[in-house]
Amino acid sequence: MNLKTISIARMKLALFIALGLPAFWLFWQWAMLLAGQSNGLGVNPVEATNRFLGDTALRVLLITLAITPMRDITRMAALTQLRRMAGLFAFFYVCLHLSSYLGLDLFFSLAKLWKDVLKRTYITLGMSAFALLLPLALTSTNAARRRLGPKHWTRLHWLIYPATMLAVTHHFFMAKGFQIMPVIHASLLLFLLGWRVVKWMRAYSAQNGKKMSNSS
Amino acid sequence: MLIRRPPGFALKENQVTSQSVYMHRREFMAAFIAAGGALALPNVAQAKRARQGDYAPLKATKSSYAIEDPLTSWEAVTSYNNFYEYGTGKGDPAKKAHKLITKPWSITVEGEAGKIGIYALEDLIDYNALEERIYRHRCVEAWSMVIPWVGVPLASVLKRFEPNSRAKYVQFITKNNRKEMPGTFWPVLKWPYREGLRMDEAFNPLAFLAVGVYGRILPNQNGAPIRLVVPWKYGYKSIKSIVGIRFSETMPPTSWNMSAPREYGFYSNVNPNVEHPRWSQASERIIGAQTGFAGALARRETHMFNGYGDEVASLYAGMDLRVNH
Repeated sequence: MNLKTISIARMKLALFIALGLPAFWLFWQWAMLLAGQSNGLGVNPVEATNRFLGDTALRVLLITLAITPMRDITRMAALTQLRRMAGLFAFFYVCLHLSSYLGLDLFFSLAKLWKDVLKRTYITLGMSAFALLLPLALTSTNAARRRLGPKHWTRLHWLIYPATMLAVTHHFFMAKGFQIMPVIHASLLLFLLGWRVVKWMRAYSAQNGKKMSNSS
Repeated sequence: MLIRRPPGFALKENQVTSQSVYMHRREFMAAFIAAGGALALPNVAQAKRARQGDYAPLKATKSSYAIEDPLTSWEAVTSYNNFYEYGTGKGDPAKKAHKLITKPWSITVEGEAGKIGIYALEDLIDYNALEERIYRHRCVEAWSMVIPWVGVPLASVLKRFEPNSRAKYVQFITKNNRKEMPGTFWPVLKWPYREGLRMDEAFNPLAFLAVGVYGRILPNQNGAPIRLVVPWKYGYKSIKSIVGIRFSETMPPTSWNMSAPREYGFYSNVNPNVEHPRWSQASERIIGAQTGFAGALARRETHMFNGYGDEVASLYAGMDLRVNH
């Protein structure tokens, strides 16, 4: 089957199911736990939940950033339409990650959370990533986009780059010893950012080249 | 002068795969594939279960060193482990430690002692003199367990080596074998894992050498066949699968301290008043004593010296425990 014949609606549905699965799985495990059944959360369910949500949030952010390169490679312009859903799913997992930390770890003590934000570098980084993603989620609607105008909207949504860098660094600083998973996340991010840098540089030099040939 | 012109097809120096990577290329590939797999499936404690009945029983007398808190379940003790030689996930040791070869096992004793040499495990441990002690175990990650260990006092073994007057410290070293311990492929810490105690700490009656848990021989993920248990210190001081003991006059290097000296001091006594730079040590999550929602959220205050102050506080009289953390 030719990929290009799959309708964008079907791709959206498939992405929705794929990105929703981790939340569904986690919900199911907690339902089993509360029912006293054996479950996949292990003997420290709170830690398992925090890690699972953090890993998922970070990976969905990376998936969001991978859509544009995928569009460029496959030349399927319609893929652009998947970015909003992926981005909102990333924000959804970031919110769940923050809530599980605040609720299950700190028992909803905002005072403790604030103390952590001020004192612990990895929490500061994680909260900054959340703060940068919040305006993106709030301006994700068509109406907000119209109100801001495409130029300002695009500029604002560049915040996903520093937000993902902060998220990867947050993971780095959280891990004990020298661990491989943060390195893998960082390499993927570097690749996705590098892709864009190369693309922009090419576009820039092509533009300059045109100007040069025009003036001569 | 000879000017070497490499032929066009020759690789440049920096394009050659290093010998060490080449020699370990299969592990390298396997490790990367494993990492890729882990990426698709976020890291959840999918523990492999160790059945208690599969481990040989040990005869032990009950010791008076026994706290009365509810025991952490066998399942939790054997499925939730920090043993980075098998990977950094809590479930990795239970999944991968079966590769460890524990028979035969010997311990190399070196340094400032009269009877240095290589000792077979059976010659060091009197299996007819084993005792069971129920100790609290507090991890630096702010979780705790209550574990029934089987073993012998550390002092009873160390004194047989006749440490001399220059022996001020004792260092312990974990086995380091890449085939049996796949996690050592990654430079998470400087391998081999090493830990140390001051001699008076090592000779404190609380310091224990465990060869079993829950009345059975130690599962590999718990540090088979022999491990240290120092319950007033954070868990990482209780070094597992010991193959080396070295007496020295100077303070020996220890793995976590080498990795992050600001975060992990040599003493590493459980101390709720000295925060780890990245998290509070004031309280701890209780692992595996209760099930369900209450079990998931169960916490307690952390006590100074993990509640063993009566036995060990005198060791640190006059010391600033903030500096010597």
